[in-house]
Amino acid sequence: MNDQDPNTLLEVTDLKMYFPIRQGFLQRVVGQVKAVDGVSFKLREKEVLGLVGESGCGKTTVGRTLLRLYDPTSGEIRFRSKAGDWVDIAKISQHDMKPLRKEMRMIFQDPFSSLNPRLTVGELIAEPLEIHGVAKGKEAEDRVAELMRSVGLDPAYMRRYPHEFSGGQRQRIGLARTLSLNPRLIVADEPVSALDVSVQAQVLNLLQELQQKLGLTLIFVAHDLSVVEHISDRIAVMYVGRIVEMADTEVLLNDPQHPYTEALLSSIPPASPDIVVARIKLQGEVPSPARPPSGCVFHTRCAYARPECSQRIPELREVRPGHFVSCHFAEELQLHGIAG
Amino acid sequence: MATLPLKPQAAAAVPQFKILTPFQLAWRRFRRNKMGFVGLFIVFAFLVISLFANWIAPFTYDKTNLANVTRQPGVSAGHILGTDDLGRDLFSRLIYGARTSFIVASTAQVVSLVVGVLLGFLAGWYGGWVDFVINRLIELVGSLPGLLFQILLMTLLGNGVSQVTFVIAVLAWPGMVRLVRAQVMSYKERDFVTASHSLGANTAFVALRHVLPNIINPLIVAISFGVPGFITAEAGLSFLGYGINEPIPSWGKMVGKAGQYVSNPSYHYLLIWPTVFLAVLVLGFAFLGDALRDALDPSSDRV
Repeated sequence: MNDQDPNTLLEVTDLKMYFPIRQGFLQRVVGQVKAVDGVSFKLREKEVLGLVGESGCGKTTVGRTLLRLYDPTSGEIRFRSKAGDWVDIAKISQHDMKPLRKEMRMIFQDPFSSLNPRLTVGELIAEPLEIHGVAKGKEAEDRVAELMRSVGLDPAYMRRYPHEFSGGQRQRIGLARTLSLNPRLIVADEPVSALDVSVQAQVLNLLQELQQKLGLTLIFVAHDLSVVEHISDRIAVMYVGRIVEMADTEVLLNDPQHPYTEALLSSIPPASPDIVVARIKLQGEVPSPARPPSGCVFHTRCAYARPECSQRIPELREVRPGHFVSCHFAEELQLHGIAG
Repeated sequence: MATLPLKPQAAAAVPQFKILTPFQLAWRRFRRNKMGFVGLFIVFAFLVISLFANWIAPFTYDKTNLANVTRQPGVSAGHILGTDDLGRDLFSRLIYGARTSFIVASTAQVVSLVVGVLLGFLAGWYGGWVDFVINRLIELVGSLPGLLFQILLMTLLGNGVSQVTFVIAVLAWPGMVRLVRAQVMSYKERDFVTASHSLGANTAFVALRHVLPNIINPLIVAISFGVPGFITAEAGLSFLGYGINEPIPSWGKMVGKAGQYVSNPSYHYLLIWPTVFLAVLVLGFAFLGDALRDALDPSSDRV
């Protein structure tokens, strides 16, 4: 196939994840929620891709589908395994998926609900080792201690229970669990949005430090651009199940080509109160992914919409090298990014 | 929130206060509840006398003495609570009656627990048609007129300990299934269960490691309310004459038989003592159950 670039780790093509809507006594399927509707992107090794969008845009579903927590409706998820083979995660059986689960891991959003309250921290961090039969007993304990140290936790806390820790500490426990099998790809699903701002920065810095040190490839899902810009090499903006714009972080922030990105950027509070930004307030509600609008999904709220927008679906086009936009008029519109 | 340095300082001193397991935390909360202790004591005391009835009871439960019937309570001749209409020692029969109650109630509880956990798990975990079938089954059993159905079964099966146990268990399991099903459904969607799946864990592993330990608490509470229910159910059936066979003592049967003599106050001791034993034990369970519910409530996990 077309993987000329030997650095590519993951290639997603036209991924679709529809959830059936069931109703009535017989639970007949009466419709579909198009949570992810044709998402494509490539990920290079050791790259950090930020996936942003508002609640319900399908960004979490993308992350979960990549790890086959859902069975995708259609599309390809091609992943280059450690052995160097390309596998299509979308079609592989759960049995064949198991060895790959060592390489692809997830960080969960809620540090309270993602740790079983009945297990000690040591047991929690050792669980991946146990499931994959990697280490046992003393060996596992040493590995747990090493992992705890690497995420800034004292191994002496190994026999404590999650309820004895703060949110930030719990997220570190989650991170240690994630790192325990030396994964190559990590999907971080809003890993800091449940934390206080001061703790957010700590966890983000830790994540960045570990990413660089361990050479991790990271998909960072978030609803907050200001969190993502800090850590990402590239950013993909999602809206109602589709990627509307994707570019290198700097480019996307300074020179957005999609009206939705522009609106998102204008919502970031500026670093200084002296900087006046013209905040773009989007009108109306986010369309339901069960009944997405015709044509461009954003046309119902777009300030620049033209009649054509409600008729033709815009492709995700590469308007400049590495800069993908799905807008018919990307070249014509003069949009504002974040000033310098 | 304590700020944690990115790198822990070399051998940072860990405060050495005691590490409490969830069980220890629950015990700590339980200890604060005085009524809970009273309940625990009562239940424990009855358990002990029923286990060691052979040593505690002054007479056997079935030794009749027609020359010594309906002897009034008193210390003379060792019949401290008197004798019944066949001359059997009432106190001994009450002690062995506790054993009958516990055997019937705990067996019925184990049966409904096993069925409840299995079916509840299947229904909650797999959903779909499995859930549909199990739910219809529950509704079918729920639509039966409880006591009448039990009496019908008892007349078909005849009196006896295992028959009563079976008849009680037949109607008892749906509640357990409902409880387990609801709990499993709520835990199935928790992040830590998803996390375990994302690690490649199989269903059995996730069920035993992550779901079951978390639903133990509501199960313990349900048991502490279920057992006294089964004790009264057995007493009720035996009272009506559709329960335990002679000569095995049962509190309900003792009350039922003594009811014949209710017009004569001198026989009231035959009526009162079994009632007192039954009421005290059920009350003990109620106190214990309340205290357990408070102590094991997951919403108060953080003390």
